Amino acid sequence: MSFVSIRDLRVSFSGVQVLHGIDLEISKGEALGLVGESGCGKSVTWLAALGLLPGKATVSGSVMLEGTELIGTPRRRIEAVRGARIAMIFQDPSSSLNPVQRVGRQICESLALHRGLRGGVARAEAIRLLDLVGIPSAATRMNLYPHEFSGGQCQRIMIAMALAGEPDLLIADEPTTALDATIQAQILDLLGRLRRQTGMAMVFISHDLGAVSAVCDRAAVMYAGRIVEQGEIGPLFRTPRHPYTRGLFDALPDLDADRRRLVPIEGTVPDPKALPGGCAFAPRCTRASALCHSDRPGLKPQAGGGRLACFHPVPLPQRAEVYA
Amino acid sequence: MTPILQTRALAQDYVTGRRLFGTPATLRAVDGVDLSLREGEILGIVGESGSGKSTLGRMLLGLEVPAEGTVRWQGKPMPAPRTAAWRRLRAQMQLIFQDPLAALDRTMTIAAQIGEPLEIHGLDRGHEAERVAELMARVGLRRDQAQHYPHELSGGQRQRVVIARALASRPRFLVCDEPVSALDVSIQAQVVNLLRDLQEREKLTMVFISHDLKVVRNICDRVAVMYLGRIVEEAPSDRIFADPRHPYTQALVSSVPKPGQGLDGRIILTGEPPNPARRPSGCAFHPRCPRAVPTCATTVPVLEPQGRRSAACLRLHAWEAV
Ligand SMILES: Nc1ncnc2c1ncn2[C@@H]1O[C@H](COP(=O)(O)OP(=O)(O)OP(=O)(O)O)[C@@H](O)[C@H]1O
Ligand SMILES: Nc1ncnc2c1ncn2[C@@H]1O[C@H](COP(=O)(O)OP(=O)(O)OP(=O)(O)O)[C@@H](O)[C@H]1O
Ligand SMILES: [Mg+2]
Ligand SMILES: [Mg+2]
Repeated sequence: MSFVSIRDLRVSFSGVQVLHGIDLEISKGEALGLVGESGCGKSVTWLAALGLLPGKATVSGSVMLEGTELIGTPRRRIEAVRGARIAMIFQDPSSSLNPVQRVGRQICESLALHRGLRGGVARAEAIRLLDLVGIPSAATRMNLYPHEFSGGQCQRIMIAMALAGEPDLLIADEPTTALDATIQAQILDLLGRLRRQTGMAMVFISHDLGAVSAVCDRAAVMYAGRIVEQGEIGPLFRTPRHPYTRGLFDALPDLDADRRRLVPIEGTVPDPKALPGGCAFAPRCTRASALCHSDRPGLKPQAGGGRLACFHPVPLPQRAEVYA
Repeated sequence: MTPILQTRALAQDYVTGRRLFGTPATLRAVDGVDLSLREGEILGIVGESGSGKSTLGRMLLGLEVPAEGTVRWQGKPMPAPRTAAWRRLRAQMQLIFQDPLAALDRTMTIAAQIGEPLEIHGLDRGHEAERVAELMARVGLRRDQAQHYPHELSGGQRQRVVIARALASRPRFLVCDEPVSALDVSIQAQVVNLLRDLQEREKLTMVFISHDLKVVRNICDRVAVMYLGRIVEEAPSDRIFADPRHPYTQALVSSVPKPGQGLDGRIILTGEPPNPARRPSGCAFHPRCPRAVPTCATTVPVLEPQGRRSAACLRLHAWEAV
């Protein structure tokens, strides 16, 4: 059985719909990537699922956590059910660390809340967690404030706080975007190691396709509030079928290749207030037909595994001529 | 060929508050940088956050006076800020930076913003409108967008407005400081292509500062890697990514996640990112360097030329031999 199962999740803000029916399953121990352009609904999906959106948001659909419905449940009850089982690292690190509280104290509070640890036991556990995420001389730095750490360290402190409750599922929203390449590598390495050590599942939200392929087993590609393609990392990255997924790969420069003109996706993402009829990607799509402008393709299971919402998918390569 | 831009032992200090008894503490943000650029060349500058890339860029443009060293543009020393000669130079040198929204005025139409430098420098008198239309076409903006405001454009379009405005005074030299970092990959490709076209068609000379090594590889002819204010390696773009020599460059290049490739085989640096206020002795990279030996903590390595490239590492030959 899935650990978390999302069905037909829809969200609107003041009457403007931004999520149009998201279906996602996460199994225990699995790592799922969520990719797509800015504003496509990656963060909102999980904020809605965990009941963290502001009051002006209207949410419908179903989010089951091991058989218990979270949508429509009052926030306090959700927190009791969810408890420490799902933890989220938010996109904006400054918003989640309290600037006027020592980091050790913040972690200890999390430990008290989720695991009932107090005093010396909590302190020892906090040091262990900071150690685990690679903060050197953790014992002496427990008493520092967030501004006394670098950006990469704050990111790791947030990971330590998220891990305080020993979650079964960690949702990491752009955990490396604002960081240097070498620190990014450290964090990705850390997340991979933690997953091996603890067996926790992970949702990794990122616009960095390389990072997603490095840490995830499966990925879902979102466009304008819908999932348009989903599958195992291997096939999805070798042979993307949706023209949008393919476009994201083609737009990416390659570290190993010579200078070449990049292939942008022309046009821009649609305004959620004025979505085109039919497939939302059709106005930017080189493969679109009249049908794509009038009808919207559903997300259908594919023969080779995975799911796809497209009337005219990128053809599978002949024989060994695989997209590299 | 004589370089169009050349620096000698360029350095910059910043005051970072006061020590006890009132002596100001200074931090060396850029330390002894020698660079030279040929006309039409794009030089990439990469390196850890805080390594002095933006500071170097501002000194190249004459926007900041270096603490030590010189910048020569077309063979002549940089004029003192706010002199007439310095103002004339402003038209020839432009800065494009990361956040297009911050660079644009929300209350002005994009045509007005693109035309503003013409007014400032007294250029194209009497046919400003044609010039603005030409600039907009050159960066791929539609005519009907002339009367739009910045918030009505996409991120990529806004960055094109910034570029069009920078091009208005017909500059010969651009410093692009993280020009595509805030953009989605699909839009980023549009801007990268545009900058390349400018180089190819108009022989613009550029310094391209970025965290994104893939973009740097795609756009730059040559790359300089900075660490704590110094250049630690410099090489043609195709060489440096295929065969990085300095251990920091090696870690940097290996840290780039590649689609379809797992986490294996990457060099994961331990230790903390560098802090220029507490510069390690000897080679500044030695506390994080997987190849460091005791002498690295005491001896400062110099940039050693090897053909068309150079690197500053004491251990360069030690492991090349094995
Ligand atoms: N609190 C809010 N009020 C109103 N609209 C919102 C709010 N939060 C998000 N939205 C809108 O919902 C849509 C989806 O936003 P979301 O933050 O999920 O995007 P995202 O895919 O996470 O993008 P990014 O990559 O930039 O983080 C966007 O159109 C956004 O403007
Ligand atoms: N105006 C200033 N006053 C004091 N210190 C400064 C100033 N500008 C930069 N610094 C310091 O100088 C060092 C180099 O900064 P700089 O902005 O050049 O780095 P960078 O390589 O561009 O970093 P990033 O990749 O984060 O943009 C940093 O330690 C920074 O804190
Ligand atoms: Mg987001
Ligand atoms: Mg900078």
